[in-house]
Amino acid sequence: MSKPEQTLDVTVWRGTAAGGELETHKVPAHDNQTVLDVVSWIQHHSDPTLTYRFACRVGMCGSCAMMVNGIPRWTCRTHVGKVVDEGKLTIEPLRNLPVIKDLAADMDAFFDKWVAAEGLHHPTQSRQDPIEPIDATTPARKQANAGIECINCAVCYAACDTVAGNPEYLGPAALQRAWTLLNDTRDGARATILDAVSGAGGCHNCHSMGSCTQYCPNELDPMSAIAGVKRETVRHALLRRKDA
Amino acid sequence: MKTPPRAHPLWLAFILHRLSGLALALFLPLHFWTLSRAITAPDSLDSFFALTELPMVKLAEFGLVFLLAVHLFGGLRLLALEFLPWSNSQKTLAAAAVGVAVLVSGSFFLNAI
Repeated sequence: MSKPEQTLDVTVWRGTAAGGELETHKVPAHDNQTVLDVVSWIQHHSDPTLTYRFACRVGMCGSCAMMVNGIPRWTCRTHVGKVVDEGKLTIEPLRNLPVIKDLAADMDAFFDKWVAAEGLHHPTQSRQDPIEPIDATTPARKQANAGIECINCAVCYAACDTVAGNPEYLGPAALQRAWTLLNDTRDGARATILDAVSGAGGCHNCHSMGSCTQYCPNELDPMSAIAGVKRETVRHALLRRKDA
Repeated sequence: MKTPPRAHPLWLAFILHRLSGLALALFLPLHFWTLSRAITAPDSLDSFFALTELPMVKLAEFGLVFLLAVHLFGGLRLLALEFLPWSNSQKTLAAAAVGVAVLVSGSFFLNAI
């Protein structure tokens, strides 16, 4: 049991797109608390105007990612004890995205790029067709199964230095989504996806720095997925028939 | 805002590859210019070669070979990483095999000369 007088120095970023500043709160320390618990405590007991975003609290919805002591993390499943630095926590909105207010980042760019990478389902069948049996043991399906565990939290996007340097870059999550669809036998727009991910902001911007894979809270491997997309675009370019 | 810590092996490999590439890009024009002196000004090339006996220049040559080696193997690493759809353990084994082979053949080569 921690003693009741123990506190954490929690610094949160306050502001809007126009600018902001850091503000420190004293928050009671407990043996078991998440970073999201700490943020919620500030809003409930110290400053009700603090804005942040969360929904499921169990690491499924991908809403609550923030920068915690400089590292992008899913705050609902980040134990304070694992990240606290000498009793101090600094919590900021996700990097590489514009801020709406306080700790809530504007996710529009992130999701727009998901769509720009053709991360949509392109059906090959209609509801009138019988359900297509899918063999779960093929290598391609295993690749696709790995990628669908992505919860769209944008931690990889915030961790990526290539995104920081090139705002046009689609980013790890969108490209991993493209790789998932390229491996999904039910998707019928292979050429469209490959065109979408091989343009100016596409997969070939990636320098394989690996920060996406390093910080993905679900332990996915977007860097290797992007490598797969690179291979496919090269194969497609080499094998493409010269129609013109 | 603080940027995320980058002290993980893949990021360090990236920065080593980028910096060695930039340094080699700066070196190459100088290298070609010096070689061109063999045709345009052989005498000044000979006096330049005398400079290469200096210990500082020897040290710089070591740095150059280091840059070349780092960039060569870094490039092979990237090609393997991105173009070979192998599992991570397969890649580790392949890298270890290449490393041992370079060590063995390198020491044989040094013995031979």
